[in-house]
Amino acid sequence: MTSSSNPESELGFGTQSVHAGEARQKPNDAITDSICCASTYTFESTQSILDYLKENHDREEYGRYGNPNEKVVERKLAVLEGAEDAILYSSGMAAIVGLLMCKLSAGDEIIFFDQCYHRSREFCVKHLSRFGVVTHQVKTGDMGAMESAINSKTKMLVSESPTNPHLTVIDLEAFVAIGKRHGIETLIDSTLATPYNLKPIAWGVDYVWHSATKYMGGHNDLLAGVICGSKQKLEPVRKLRGILGSINSPHNMYLLERGLKTFALRMERHNHNGQRIAEFLESHPRVQRVYYPGLKSHPSHAFAKKTMKGFSGLITFLVKDADWKQTAAIIDKCKIPRIGPSLGGVESLIEQPMVMSYFDYPIEQREQFGIYDNMIRMAVGIEDTDDLIEDLRQALEAC
Amino acid sequence: MKFRTRAIHIGSEPDSTGAVVPPIYLSTTFVQPGPGDWGAFDYSRSGNPTRARVEKTIADLEGAAGSLAFSSGMAATHCAMGLLESGSHVVAGCDMYGGTYRLLHKICNRNNITVTLVHADDAAAIAEAIRPETKMVWVESIGNPLMSVPDLEQISADIVMHSATKYFGGHSDCLAGALSAKTPELHRQLYFIQNATGGVIGGLEAFLLHRGIKTMELRVREQSKSALAIAQWLESHRSVARVLYPGLASHPHHQRAVRLMGDQFGGMVTFDVRGDIETAKRVCKATELFGLAVSCGAVESLIEQPATMSHASYDPAARAQAGICDTLVRISVGLEDPEDLIADLDRALGIAGGA
Ligand SMILES: Cc1ncc(COP(=O)(O)O)c(C=O)c1O
Ligand SMILES: Cc1ncc(COP(=O)(O)O)c(C=O)c1O
Repeated sequence: MTSSSNPESELGFGTQSVHAGEARQKPNDAITDSICCASTYTFESTQSILDYLKENHDREEYGRYGNPNEKVVERKLAVLEGAEDAILYSSGMAAIVGLLMCKLSAGDEIIFFDQCYHRSREFCVKHLSRFGVVTHQVKTGDMGAMESAINSKTKMLVSESPTNPHLTVIDLEAFVAIGKRHGIETLIDSTLATPYNLKPIAWGVDYVWHSATKYMGGHNDLLAGVICGSKQKLEPVRKLRGILGSINSPHNMYLLERGLKTFALRMERHNHNGQRIAEFLESHPRVQRVYYPGLKSHPSHAFAKKTMKGFSGLITFLVKDADWKQTAAIIDKCKIPRIGPSLGGVESLIEQPMVMSYFDYPIEQREQFGIYDNMIRMAVGIEDTDDLIEDLRQALEAC
Repeated sequence: MKFRTRAIHIGSEPDSTGAVVPPIYLSTTFVQPGPGDWGAFDYSRSGNPTRARVEKTIADLEGAAGSLAFSSGMAATHCAMGLLESGSHVVAGCDMYGGTYRLLHKICNRNNITVTLVHADDAAAIAEAIRPETKMVWVESIGNPLMSVPDLEQISADIVMHSATKYFGGHSDCLAGALSAKTPELHRQLYFIQNATGGVIGGLEAFLLHRGIKTMELRVREQSKSALAIAQWLESHRSVARVLYPGLASHPHHQRAVRLMGDQFGGMVTFDVRGDIETAKRVCKATELFGLAVSCGAVESLIEQPATMSHASYDPAARAQAGICDTLVRISVGLEDPEDLIADLDRALGIAGGA
């Protein structure tokens, strides 16, 4: 599946989560990596600086260019993703900004599927535009529309899979085929799927982007972002990161590495809870519609089955005959999930996208993005499945 | 709420910031409302908000009246031993952690405390060893390294001690201990000793411990599943003379283990290699995924030889009495794919070339 000859790529996902990218024998024989807080690294002599500059030794120089804790996690994530290389950033947004600032220049164009994390859209539409980059948005999953939007200036095709919050799954085979046919690079935001469930690189995607704040960190206690891809394509991206300075800190990277140790277990649980809760919601009379790729009723269920191993823990649903306040009342009745944005941690979170992310938008625009007043998004954690179902049941039936 | 839900939510209730993950308090001291007028926290040895949260979680998971968190399992054990007085007698299991053996025989003995060692899985032997001055019965459930299963239905514990360094923390990166008391009175007595002697856990470690507890149920479930598969596989291996694992039907107290633990028996497996002390050493040195190290209960699998490592602090005679022989190998099964682990052990056993 991967072109890399790294023997770690042969190991099971659980083994990779625990060991990949780490030195077998660590300094002072410690079983876990130490946290190296240094902001700068010293050289033995002038000659060793000259050697470093000439031969490009793999060593640290200054904290903005990287640190040992971050490098370990980069290696681990590259193995998990089946990619040659991975670059970590201080947040998911810092990662996409770092990549696009490197790959796009004035006059270039980029095409997005329209369902996406609203801040990535905002960055392209409001900010890249100031540097002369043009952003097109086409209907999510409409491959014909995407292909017709391509012209000689198009540099990148971008999508999430699954998308947030509609959980539309992209047919990566068709998506990659368009890119290859036109010689245009492709980027997938795979945050909601994670490499446990989806391997975009294996489908031929050029860049995989994650908000590692979510399932990778997994404990709602750190921010991080990552871009995975080939060494050659990522080399200039890494150089630019060294200038922009959006690297992640050694303490944070230690927590991310620690979080990844239980990645396989957590994802198995998120998948299990997600599927069971989506089925429960679909069968509940107060629920009008459930968006979850593991449900047969979901429009992209076929693509989900084709590309994914499981369907993660994000579920969106519409409450039957409810206005935004009645919908909010259900959220307020929940006892286990706490109310807040984000997803992917061990604790469940719940929110109303119209309130949390789109409150300032006029209703026409919200509806155009498919954000309805009666929509609830639940980021299912790893709590006991029955506890979560019972809690949702009492909340739905109390209002 | 079920175990896993409680592990995630009890003790992590929102504070004024709304943080899903409570802040880490490193503050050693706390500003008071007035002289002699004490706030909820005064000095971090006496109480710390981060420690208080993890203690609340542990008490809930143990079903205890209260729990206390310590800087290591031994600090917790030492605190519990603080309940003893000069002249007290202790009955203890003969396959216990080497450090506990050392504390009882080389430190507590200085205060004129005496110990009788018995096989902990034999409730009659425990009863027989009890004297008028016996103040404590100390057993490990499960015994270490022989995987003995004491009859807890008859023993009925008042205090539960954990080396939270192991499964609670779960990531080999924080030393921690915990005591959980059955009654508020016992909790009060232990707290008095903890505060007086000071072996408390620090704020950063309390945070890491709390973070680890959130995935404990998933980890132990998976480790139990993998350990059973590995134990069954080891039992059929020609270089292995005997496998000690409570989940195996061949274990002398398998039925008791089922009554106490249901269908999960933990991640520790001990086995006897055919050969001698050198064979066991070679097995321990030949694995690639299993790290050669003491300790247990973490995400990464470990392997060790009890006679020369975890139980080296026993007197040789006590080791022999307990049956901790030189050919024993103890593994702590982590979260790696069990097929990868079996392949690793298979290769190591092949290289070691047992008799
Ligand atoms: C799908 C998706 N992509 C990207 C991001 C941005 O990541 P971060 O918040 O780590 O900057 C988020 C979350 O906020 C997200 O949900
Ligand atoms: C069974 C058992 N009890 C107690 C301890 C002591 O705990 P700690 O090392 O956290 O002091 C250990 C571990 O070393 C142990 O394995």
